[in-house]
Amino acid sequence: MTPQEIGDILKTQFPDAVAAVTPDGHHPCVTIAAERWHDVALFLRDDPRLRLNMLRCISGLDLHPEPKIELVYELIAMQPGGEHGLWKADSTLAVRVAVPRDGGRVASVADVWPAADWHERETYDLVGVTFDNHPDPRRILCPDDWVGHPLRKDYVFPTEYEGIPVAGNELRIASSE
Amino acid sequence: MGWLHNRFEENFIVTSVDWALNWARQSSIWPMTFGLACCAIEMMAAGASRFDLDRFGAGAFRATPRQSDLMIVAGTVTFKMASLIKRLYQQMPEPRYVMAMGACTCGGGPYFKYGYHVVKGVDLVVPVDVYVPGCPPRPESLIEGLLRLQDKMRQETIAKKA
Repeated sequence: MTPQEIGDILKTQFPDAVAAVTPDGHHPCVTIAAERWHDVALFLRDDPRLRLNMLRCISGLDLHPEPKIELVYELIAMQPGGEHGLWKADSTLAVRVAVPRDGGRVASVADVWPAADWHERETYDLVGVTFDNHPDPRRILCPDDWVGHPLRKDYVFPTEYEGIPVAGNELRIASSE
Repeated sequence: MGWLHNRFEENFIVTSVDWALNWARQSSIWPMTFGLACCAIEMMAAGASRFDLDRFGAGAFRATPRQSDLMIVAGTVTFKMASLIKRLYQQMPEPRYVMAMGACTCGGGPYFKYGYHVVKGVDLVVPVDVYVPGCPPRPESLIEGLLRLQDKMRQETIAKKA
């Protein structure tokens, strides 16, 4: 199924949630309103026409200085019937969900696609989007007591962590001069 | 270093005991099984049959810090890992040695400027005896580092420092 067809189905089903459909280009995507995302996710997975049953990746884009963070969910519909007894991909789609930069919240889809669990933890850790109803809302890569979200464009490096200097540049160059 | 070091007056017996102790120590450097990133693959290659660290008595990779003499910090040290490295180092019995393997552990490597998560050299966490640069260093480099560590061990003495 093409992204345009999926977009049309979504538009008839959720006329208030679909903000835009971009079926062309190298990355076809559908933009969904953040507050309806969980309902749309369940529909994308369970509707017999779509069956987008696998979440491949979640990316968090910091659009600084625009006060917006965009989440990109890469979905793919896998089904049996490929070569050598493998599964094949029927259709793919990217879903974009925009949240505000400060205090951005969106419903977790870890109950829809279990793969979202760690991806959402990483997105929270690095760009600082809060996922409501997440089963385990901790950081995943940085230490638990880390301050800030390092992949934000305006992130300020700490000077030290647990007594270890962080900013290598200033440290080594200052000591060599 | 150990409880024996720098305790006795310099004399003939001390130098002979020195020689025997240092020979034994440098001939059985047991490293810790400890790999953090891609450098660990080269460390495994160095331990395997083609390069064979066992020729230098350093092939017995111990699975616990309490049985090892040498910690080869092989790979990127993140801040999350730094406290664990410090704890492992403190669990090793003296005399203990640390080898920094690879660019990341020597000084941050490719993460030096923009890596928010990487310790800019493991010498900020634990004292380092030998630095082996490279990304990753070839097994020959690691063996060279081991030989330099043996040189360092040969200089140790149980005599009091002048």
